[in-house]
Amino acid sequence: MKESEVQINRVDWIAVSIYFALVTIGWFNIYAVVYDSQVEKSIFDLSISSGKQLVWIGTAIGLITLIMVADYRFFEKLSLVIYLIFLLILIVTPIFGKEVNGQILSIGIGEFRIQPGEFAKFATALALAKVMERPTFDLSKRNYQAIAFGVLLIPIILILLQPDTGTAMVYFSLLIMFYREGLPQWYYGLGIGSVGITLLALGVDNNLYLAAIIILVVGGLIYLGKKSWQRILAFSLIGIGLIAYIYSLDFVVSQLPPHQQNRVMVLFNPDLDPLGVGWNVTQSKIAIGSGGFFGKGYLEGTQTKFDFVPEQDTDFIFCTLGEEFGWIGSLVVIGLFVGLLYRLVIMAERQKTRFSRIYGYGVISILLFHFVVNISMTVGLFPVVGIPLPFFSYGGSSLWSFTVLLFIFIKLDSSRASQLGRIS
Amino acid sequence: MRDQRPAVILLVIFLVSGILLVKLFAIQVLDDSFLKRAESNAIQRIVDHPYRGLVYDRSGKLMVFNNPIFDLMVVPREFHVGDTTKFCELFRISKEALIEGFTAAKNYSKVKPSPLIKQLSTRDFARIQDFLVDYPGLFILTRSVRSYPSATAAHALGYIGEINGGQLERDTVGYYSQGDYVGLSGLEKYYENELRGKKGVKYKMVNVRGVDKGPFKEGEYDTISIAGKNLTSTIDLELQRYGELLLNGKTGSVVAIEPKTGEILAMISAPFYDPNQLTGAEFGKTYSKLNKDSSKPLFNRPIMAVYPPGSIFKIVQSLIGLQEGVLTPNSTFACNKSLVACHNHPNPVNLFGAIRNSCNPYYHQAFRQIINREVSSNTFKDTEIGLNAWRESVLKFGLGAPLGIDVSGEKGGDIPSSKLYDRIYGAGHWKYSTIYSLSIGQGEMQVTPLQMANLAAIFANKGYYYTPHLVKAIDGNPKKIPAKFQEKISVGIDARHFDLIQDAMVEAIYGTSARAVMTDLVIAGKTGTAQNPHGEDHSVFIAFAPKDNPKIAIAVYVENAGWGGRAAASTASLMIEKYIRRTISRPELQEYVIAGNFIY
Repeated sequence: MKESEVQINRVDWIAVSIYFALVTIGWFNIYAVVYDSQVEKSIFDLSISSGKQLVWIGTAIGLITLIMVADYRFFEKLSLVIYLIFLLILIVTPIFGKEVNGQILSIGIGEFRIQPGEFAKFATALALAKVMERPTFDLSKRNYQAIAFGVLLIPIILILLQPDTGTAMVYFSLLIMFYREGLPQWYYGLGIGSVGITLLALGVDNNLYLAAIIILVVGGLIYLGKKSWQRILAFSLIGIGLIAYIYSLDFVVSQLPPHQQNRVMVLFNPDLDPLGVGWNVTQSKIAIGSGGFFGKGYLEGTQTKFDFVPEQDTDFIFCTLGEEFGWIGSLVVIGLFVGLLYRLVIMAERQKTRFSRIYGYGVISILLFHFVVNISMTVGLFPVVGIPLPFFSYGGSSLWSFTVLLFIFIKLDSSRASQLGRIS
Repeated sequence: MRDQRPAVILLVIFLVSGILLVKLFAIQVLDDSFLKRAESNAIQRIVDHPYRGLVYDRSGKLMVFNNPIFDLMVVPREFHVGDTTKFCELFRISKEALIEGFTAAKNYSKVKPSPLIKQLSTRDFARIQDFLVDYPGLFILTRSVRSYPSATAAHALGYIGEINGGQLERDTVGYYSQGDYVGLSGLEKYYENELRGKKGVKYKMVNVRGVDKGPFKEGEYDTISIAGKNLTSTIDLELQRYGELLLNGKTGSVVAIEPKTGEILAMISAPFYDPNQLTGAEFGKTYSKLNKDSSKPLFNRPIMAVYPPGSIFKIVQSLIGLQEGVLTPNSTFACNKSLVACHNHPNPVNLFGAIRNSCNPYYHQAFRQIINREVSSNTFKDTEIGLNAWRESVLKFGLGAPLGIDVSGEKGGDIPSSKLYDRIYGAGHWKYSTIYSLSIGQGEMQVTPLQMANLAAIFANKGYYYTPHLVKAIDGNPKKIPAKFQEKISVGIDARHFDLIQDAMVEAIYGTSARAVMTDLVIAGKTGTAQNPHGEDHSVFIAFAPKDNPKIAIAVYVENAGWGGRAAASTASLMIEKYIRRTISRPELQEYVIAGNFIY
């Protein structure tokens, strides 16, 4: 008991306060989505989303309590076990799960269903922290890189089988954690470069221009540098490879399922088909854009309330905020997210164990990716991928998984005094 | 190197959040197109059309009202027909018509209402009302069309129709929108702003499927429609209808004015049409039919047709001569037929005799004295000065320019000035002998029947008139009519000069138009004959009665009916009797006019 008293004092109340602020704002926004002035229902009404979300919030607080009273060593000791359990659930989900729109995302009995893809995030972060915590683990070495990527890729592959591209993409955010732990920078240079080339190839209509530019740049580099035959060969191969990649992209895109193709095309031309594929993004931008500087006022939004924006209480919840609270509201919420992420970086850096720090960066990576990609998609900066806004979006699995993800780190942080310093 | 990595991660966090905030600022604050698109998405503007004002005659009888018509509307998504045969029986519609109407509605919109059966009669409406509840998705939309219970005065009342592009462009305050009905002629056009009322607007919210989600902001921006103002016309419905009875089958005009007020008691343009034909769905078809008709039933003759005033103008010449001091009651001229043709009458005549006998040579000589005052030794110059001075006097009688009646399209006629003759003959190349036809109301002068009726009112009033008008009160308030109709206008002739004129007009009837005489009602009148180069002359007559304290002044034109003493004088006499006595004591005269055989 004495130990837990000490821990309560060490809980990072700034992070906890921001968490509750976001959850509360999110809850009010969910009510705004379902609010109907003709059939007035209380925000607590269990027949509407806001009432149900309150139940999820209550149970999330229960989860928080469980995490906070548990022994911090529990998470480190059992991290691999938790990871394996969720891998197992991910394997059985396509077999026993419930199919919705061709995807099998959830598993459970009757009304109680969870989406294992959501929970496997914190499990994967825990497992990576456990695997990478040894002082000898060096991400600049090939064999260690293979282990780390192995742990990361297994759940990704399993989730792609459901198939749930959006959630699978989230796991790649853990590359931010890898960056902090020393994965060589050229990986990121290569990654950002290839993403840039890909976007250019998709965005520029005529690939001939891009090919010409590549030939000019490669030719220039060969001409200016040392004219050894190895160098000329290497540059030529890189140039040919890039051109081949650009031309193959169109083929790859044409092989994608139509709904994913469309999501990509709409990003470059939002007015392509405003009533069809572009509907989500167009309506989402209308809702947010009509909010103006101060917004239309709480419960006064017309776009989200009258179902113009699809999936508005889950993935497009930011529309309600943007419409009813305007740019000021967006600023406050983005500010809260940035504040939380900033706080988490500070917290991660003050950890005494490598396990805690790695896990902390796992939390940072996942939250940052969700927050940035979700809002980007609502304003048309990113293709529509079905991932929720942390702490905001309606739904038990989403709220629970982010709560567990965050509070395990808060627990580890509060116990840092009792942990043995093994930091490298 | 590695120690910088947390800072790099923080930098990335701030950078991407910054990009998001900039993008949000761009679409939320800088770009207002999203706000408009949001409004067009979710807010429906529903215009509540007000009832157009009614029109009553001078005694309060209804002339124009709004007749409700009922369209059976269908919302395809909600509609379930069930037993088709039973439905067709109940609604008295063929199966084919039902399928056709429903398909058209469905193609338009599944959630918005479209008409299934158009223009149900009140009786059909009453019959199907009870069945309606059994059919979800059906409802009755009530609209209204203008209706004219006595089918009269079509030209004066005018008609309404859909607004056209030009009118929409001129509507700078943005009151109208496409598909609105506006007054296109007659009183409907002139009093459009009074009759139309004020449109109301309701803003209601709809969701993505177009389903009504209640008023926007609890109706804060809604306005209720205000019904149009009612007009009380100056028209005497009974007199108007009687005039149409008399002129039926003929071509011509009758304008009757109450001299003391300028109120138009009747204004008939023949041939005429039933105003009920130019309403509702039939408008377009009827309009083009009437427009093509060679007898020009849409042409509003009392204010648009122009004729030379003829002999009636001699009265104006007499009055100008008396006022100018050029003539006195004793001025005597010989009936010198070498100057201008005349008929046989006592000779020579003084002014009274000249009017009574309509002596042409008298006015040839009198007009020369009015024109040539020897203010210039150059006879050409002298004529020019005299003509222009004379013209100024004539214009004061309300001739030569539109009077300003409250019906659009009024013509002004023409009273020539020196400029006209300069143009025809060249300056300095014309003198009195060129223009003498003006002396007897012929030549280059033209007037409208309305101006002639107004002339009769001036004679009755001994020198003043009120601008003739068709509306005496708006919403029951006589002060609300345009100010110009409440303003007494003097013609610049002393009242004392009119006594002789009035006496001569009473006498003239006995000479030229004995049919118009009534034993117990003293009518003062003057015949005229408007020369018509294309056929029989037009029969013209103006009059006022009773001579003392006149109640009615009238001008009658019957085209191609020859001498003024027959068709026009008889019609005027009957109209006067009808208005003052409210009954006709001379059925044989009425038969004579209705039969219309005036040429013999």
